[in-house]
Amino acid sequence: MIERSQAYEIVVASLREVFEQTGTEAPAKVGDETVLVGTDAVLDSLGIVQLIVEIEQRVEGAHGVSITLASDKAMSQRNSPFRTVGVLTDHVIATAQEAAP
Amino acid sequence: MSVSDRPVLLVTGSRKGIGRYLAEYYLKKGYQVEGCSRGEVDIKDAHYTHHQVDVADEKGVRGMIADITKRHGRIDVVLNNAAIASMNHVLLTPAKSANRMLEVNVTGTMLVCRDAAKVMMRRRYGRIVNFTTIVAPIALAGEAVYAASKSAVVTFTRILAFELGQWGITCNSFGATPIMTDMIKGVPQDKIDAVVNGLAVKRLGTPEDCANVCDFFINPASDNITGQVIYLGGIT
Repeated sequence: MIERSQAYEIVVASLREVFEQTGTEAPAKVGDETVLVGTDAVLDSLGIVQLIVEIEQRVEGAHGVSITLASDKAMSQRNSPFRTVGVLTDHVIATAQEAAP
Repeated sequence: MSVSDRPVLLVTGSRKGIGRYLAEYYLKKGYQVEGCSRGEVDIKDAHYTHHQVDVADEKGVRGMIADITKRHGRIDVVLNNAAIASMNHVLLTPAKSANRMLEVNVTGTMLVCRDAAKVMMRRRYGRIVNFTTIVAPIALAGEAVYAASKSAVVTFTRILAFELGQWGITCNSFGATPIMTDMIKGVPQDKIDAVVNGLAVKRLGTPEDCANVCDFFINPASDNITGQVIYLGGIT
């Protein structure tokens, strides 16, 4: 079971890693409301791909749970589970819970 | 997570035929070889690990890649060799058989590439070789669905090259001429002879031919060779 604070930390650390890797300027403040997908997004579409992979690997490294965030279920939701840091954090928790042995 | 000194090579369909030859070939070349197939395998080598996985099984592939990553911290090379074929006139091809070929040959290749690439991109290095066949470009009657699945692999690989190039991962396809393996043992000799007679080099392919092309594609110096397809025997 991943606590919300742990999942949030992973998402934010991954986001910072992607900013660094892509040379993207990080916003002054990152929080639950930081937009990841759409018009005001802080990342482009490739940045999102990198972010998702980074989070999957960090979850596995820290918690030993192998997850796929871009699952069929996730991709068919009306509202993207990647749209903000907060929503993505909740998605990480739900996915890890489903994948836990 | 510790990272192995030895480069890690994953070859799918390593139980027999070309896959097995390549597993043993790259063991001799100093790779840590990870193989997979639906059945067990009797390769005994301290640097070989077998995963009993169907490449079309998403969960199984994910588990295999996770296990390799946990033990070695890297995947340098993927040889997507696993495939199934069924020589049938299209009018006599059941949907179940067609779907299974697409599942293993196309979806299976995609799943292994997807999950391995996630590991490769962290180290900004990777070599992917997806196996196709000359029966697609020569439009061999009796192999419509198999050839279509392998054409899909070529297109997939070309696009994959563009999607993964920025992370130092190259993606190429390799199409062998007929090689005497279990896959073609049911094909009538006159059909094989007709194919061989249509080649520029009129002989069957060999596992050594396959290793030669793979060596070229996976060479670290081949970092600007991507999105390509090489067929044996003069076929283009």
